[in-house]
Amino acid sequence: MAAGVATWMPFARAAAVGWLPLAQQTMPKPPVDKTSRSDEILFVNVSGLRFQTWKNTLDRYPDTLLGSSEKEFFYNEETQEYFFDRDPEMFRHILNFFRTGKLHYPRHECIQAFEEELAFYGIIPEIIGDCCMEEYRDRKKENQERLAEDTEAENAGDAPLPPDATLRDKLWRAFENPHTSTMALVFYYVTGFFIAVSVIANVVETVPCRPLKGSIKDLPCGEKFSVGFSCLDTACVLIFSCEYLMRLYAAPSRCDFARSVMSVIDVVAILPFYIGLVMPENEEVSGAFVTLRVFRVFRIFKFSRHSQGLRILGCTLQACASELGFLLFSLTMAVIIFATVMFYAEKGTKGTTFSSIPASFWYTIVTMTTLGYGDMVPDSIAGKIFGSICSLSGVLVIALPVPVIVSNFARIYHQNQRADKMRAQQKVRQARIRMAKKGATNAFLQHKEDGGLQGGDGDSTAFCVKNRSAFEHQHHHLLQCLEKTTNHEFTDEITYSEVCMMDSMGFRTSRSTSLSSQQGSTTTCCSRRAKRRAIRLANSTVSVSRGSVQELDTLHVTKTPVGTQYPQSRSSLNARTEDLKLNCTDYTAAIISIPTPPANSPDESLPNSPAIPGILRNSRSSTFNTQETVKISSL
Amino acid sequence: MVLDGMELIAITVVIGLFFVMFKQFGVWEPLSLDESSDCELELSTVRHQPEGLEQLQAQTQFTRKELQSLYRGFKNECPSGLVDEETFKTIYSQFFPQGDATTYAHFLFNAFDMDRNGSIRFEDFVIGLSVLLRGSETEKLLWAFNLYDINKDGCITKEEMLAIMTSIYDMMGRYTSPSVRDDDPSEHVDKFFQKMDRNRDGVVTIDEFIETCQKDEDIMASIKLFENVI
Repeated sequence: MAAGVATWMPFARAAAVGWLPLAQQTMPKPPVDKTSRSDEILFVNVSGLRFQTWKNTLDRYPDTLLGSSEKEFFYNEETQEYFFDRDPEMFRHILNFFRTGKLHYPRHECIQAFEEELAFYGIIPEIIGDCCMEEYRDRKKENQERLAEDTEAENAGDAPLPPDATLRDKLWRAFENPHTSTMALVFYYVTGFFIAVSVIANVVETVPCRPLKGSIKDLPCGEKFSVGFSCLDTACVLIFSCEYLMRLYAAPSRCDFARSVMSVIDVVAILPFYIGLVMPENEEVSGAFVTLRVFRVFRIFKFSRHSQGLRILGCTLQACASELGFLLFSLTMAVIIFATVMFYAEKGTKGTTFSSIPASFWYTIVTMTTLGYGDMVPDSIAGKIFGSICSLSGVLVIALPVPVIVSNFARIYHQNQRADKMRAQQKVRQARIRMAKKGATNAFLQHKEDGGLQGGDGDSTAFCVKNRSAFEHQHHHLLQCLEKTTNHEFTDEITYSEVCMMDSMGFRTSRSTSLSSQQGSTTTCCSRRAKRRAIRLANSTVSVSRGSVQELDTLHVTKTPVGTQYPQSRSSLNARTEDLKLNCTDYTAAIISIPTPPANSPDESLPNSPAIPGILRNSRSSTFNTQETVKISSL
Repeated sequence: MVLDGMELIAITVVIGLFFVMFKQFGVWEPLSLDESSDCELELSTVRHQPEGLEQLQAQTQFTRKELQSLYRGFKNECPSGLVDEETFKTIYSQFFPQGDATTYAHFLFNAFDMDRNGSIRFEDFVIGLSVLLRGSETEKLLWAFNLYDINKDGCITKEEMLAIMTSIYDMMGRYTSPSVRDDDPSEHVDKFFQKMDRNRDGVVTIDEFIETCQKDEDIMASIKLFENVI
């Protein structure tokens, strides 16, 4: 119900007194309103801008945030006001809605920001008043189109194919996105070339060439070099047919493809040739056959796969179908009217060219479009007067729908440009996202090495710890919890792949006494497939990639400070470029974790270590710092 | 010069176009009476200001704060200060979406519009509310009688009562249980008259009405229920 109704409710209830004498039963008890009835002014502070309003105003819409008890969550006891940390400019509109019952859409605001504010305050956008509804809908549609394009561009064929793509998928990709592979590009240009050749041949074969010896008449080149031209035509048609059949084979949905515009154009382009093949050498039929040749010109439309501008034009015409229809209709009406008038006006003139009304159609059209060939000219005064009116009105009628078509064209053109720009920026965006992700995992892994694992004990960790915000601490703790839950650790992509390669040689490493680490069999991780998957699933529990500089010739294994043993063993290898001093800034370490069956005790792992081929125990393995490290360098 | 038919028409058309052009230049104003169209605009912008707070306080039983609150709501809904019958009907109909409340709203409007000028001012509104919510039982019964007495002649006839009753049943709408039969209103009217009409003269006067109601405990109890609406 509208706000106004709430205001009138007490009145309606009071007026119910009028029913009382008529009532045949006793009245029910009225609901008891325990809340205080007196109206009070509420203070609402939105990011510093203080609004004041009656409580009743807000109570009008009990299913919004401000009208329900939900706003108590935002009440600030010290300042005795409701504090919202939102946009104060937008709040103005929200509050106006409560006051007047009508929601207006501010035109200068971003529509998504507006919708978010509405969602926050619990107001559905559908109640925007009629005055602003159209603008809101238009902007919303525009925004959605833009977003749809973005997602489309993201999902578009630029993504690498899954490795198990069939020949069909590959072929289709090649057709739709020629720039993905060289073969596709070659094919693209070859077809383009042959389309051009075919069209030019069609044109040139009608040009008059010098006649054969012994004849006077000029021959069209098509007849002079008929063998050459027919060979060319056959070649082109063969290529087009091949292309069409391949597209048909590769299309994911053959029915849809067969019904699409481009496929129809393809078929129409090559059909005349095949019909000519089956047509007998009959005189009267070949006349019709010659007409069929006209359809060869449709080959030029095949260029629309190669040209974006043509596609835009096609889209525009489609979008403006109604305007074009209107143009046609109004022109027809005007043509008929003026043709009739001119015919009757010129009827009296001797030897007039306006022999019938259909004949006058030609004059009317030529005049209205301001062509004025001059083959039909009115003689009588009436004819001249009406003829001039005809030409003036023609200009008007044609000029009217043109701006609509133009604006549609501009809109579609800009959309296309935007899509292109998005595609170009796509790579940059992806790289940025990857960098951000790596940065986060870098921080976490660094934190772990700094001994944050133990919850920041000792001064050694103090340096690094204080540089991180509370948020980071909590995030890291969370990741640690995840590690503990899954019994795996986060690690780095490059070192992981390194380890994989080493594992293919049966490499196992272990820690020193107080460590328990084991690299379990890594056969599962070392197939190429898993490696790729591991690299791609960069943020999974199995392996996490860090993009910093890695030197993997030394692998360090950290051990926990004295006395503490990991309840569950993990294998973790730290690769560091330098000695283990707590060097927070220049960290290039990586932790690799490999799924292993949990090793039970450190002692078991020890016997394995000598049996590792190709691993040298570094002499520095005996150096121990605050955290005992065993450096193992690989080949 | 002999002009044949088409030329005549052509020249007529040309002259017509000349007239159109003249209008553009403002050379010749064709006879048009557009003074009258501006007059109607004046009425809709008439505003009404209510009497002062003190006067209203004297006339009604509301406190100052209540009057303020009431006026704020009233003014928000009707910035011009007046409620006409159509608006009133629309508002009242919103409370009864299932049925047709327009007839009853019409009667209600007349009950509130004491000076019968076709619009309810804030004073009418608040005085009526004061009677309904804060008035004595006799006053409330008087108000109800006033509502039923459509032509304000001091007595309720069977026809008036039937009209009121029909309009109340109309508000129920179609989907009721048990469903409203066509003679339900008249049956109800008969019952009402049986109870109220002491001297069986076919009309109910004020005294009969008040006396009967005061003796009826149910009605008295119900009247007390509606006191705490505001």
